[in-house]
Amino acid sequence: MRVIQDTVVIAAVEKMCIEANCHLCEDVKSAIEKGRKEETSPIGQYILDQLIENAEIADSCNMPICQDTGMAVFFVEVGNKVLIEGRNLTEAINEGVRRGYTQGFLRKSVVADPFFRENTKDNTPAVIHYEFTEGDRLKITFAPKGFGSENMSRLKMLNPSDGMEGVKEFVIDTVLKAGPNPCPPIVVGVGIGGTMEMAALLAKKALTKPIHEKNPVEYLDRMENEILEKINETGIGPGGLGGKTTALCVRILVYPTHIAGLPVAVNINCHAARHAEVVI
Amino acid sequence: MKNIVKLTTPLDPNRIETLRCGDFVEITGTIYTARDAAHKRMKEMLEKNMSLPFDLSGQIIYYAGPCPAKPGQVIGSIGPTTSGRMDVYTPLLLKQGLAGMIGKGKRSQEVIDAMIRYKSVYFGATGGAGALISKCVKKAEVIAFDDLGTEAIRRLYVEDLPVIVLIDCKGNKLYKEFDK
Repeated sequence: MRVIQDTVVIAAVEKMCIEANCHLCEDVKSAIEKGRKEETSPIGQYILDQLIENAEIADSCNMPICQDTGMAVFFVEVGNKVLIEGRNLTEAINEGVRRGYTQGFLRKSVVADPFFRENTKDNTPAVIHYEFTEGDRLKITFAPKGFGSENMSRLKMLNPSDGMEGVKEFVIDTVLKAGPNPCPPIVVGVGIGGTMEMAALLAKKALTKPIHEKNPVEYLDRMENEILEKINETGIGPGGLGGKTTALCVRILVYPTHIAGLPVAVNINCHAARHAEVVI
Repeated sequence: MKNIVKLTTPLDPNRIETLRCGDFVEITGTIYTARDAAHKRMKEMLEKNMSLPFDLSGQIIYYAGPCPAKPGQVIGSIGPTTSGRMDVYTPLLLKQGLAGMIGKGKRSQEVIDAMIRYKSVYFGATGGAGALISKCVKKAEVIAFDDLGTEAIRRLYVEDLPVIVLIDCKGNKLYKEFDK
């Protein structure tokens, strides 16, 4: 067994929380810059220029790109030869979030109960998804999720006969309904298959994939490009004010499903598309 | 080069009438932040005939919940939140004299009808440009609901805050309808 101290996890999470919120990822930055070069709508160009300038200010002042520093979402891969000493892994991650959001002057956006809505004042609890893998390493992926885009996400249980066309239609319809609200240019995560909650989880996980990474499954890669093209033909544009840069990319993940079903979930992310990864 | 309209607060009703959707505007003066929880409380105060934490006449509400200020900063990142969630409360505030709103995203027909009726204007700030916008904020103080943290009502003094008129007082809209 390889022993990892809880303090190592806490420090890594604290650092990730601050960095992911203050520094736009290179893949996202280059996608926005590419969009700016290709954008023909003047108002679209104006919005993209503001976003580029905003990212530069955030980077140089070490301040959040967006005030909605999100609910802290984690995907954690735990090797079967890893032992965490001290606090359990969930507590360690939450302690890292607590410290990161406090030390980094990030916004605390979490309320303890969905009805009584009292702020927890340290942005905990995080939403953590675990996966168990071979080996002696711990891989933590962090994707803080703002709710301007989260609120525009949707899930539908399609019929198997709806097929690929039904899925494409649902994704595009979701983007059209969202319009300007999720802060376009957006990143679109799509989860297909599994059960209801598995589709949602896949859609969220899809948002953590680097933008320029080609989908290893050929038909999915084709589908991603087709949907992206259609989304960018809608004219929603940057900030929803018109243009062709509506989405930076579409990412699809699939999972085996039931003979009776075709669940599909669409999780929309804003143009900041924050994600970070660390391997311990 | 685009034409920029310079506005100061409180808003002059005659100036509001001249604003058209699509106008680029820079706002200088005092504005107030309020979002979900503060709107809920203001509605409850009005229902109990209590006076609001500030006089709404001619004023602008910015739908925003900032990040905390670091030492030496006036305020942390402060971009707009989605305005549509405030729609259920907005006609009530417009009736009280609220003259302008800054946010992002679509508004309901009820809000647009009330905007026409009370002659007010809805501006859009760029969603996700919180760091950029923070540089326009020169003063910030919490004036009510401190317990709400980021959702407290803040009085801000802004200089040349860049916004675009999304809906003017005639009900003209800049956003196209995509989901019809």
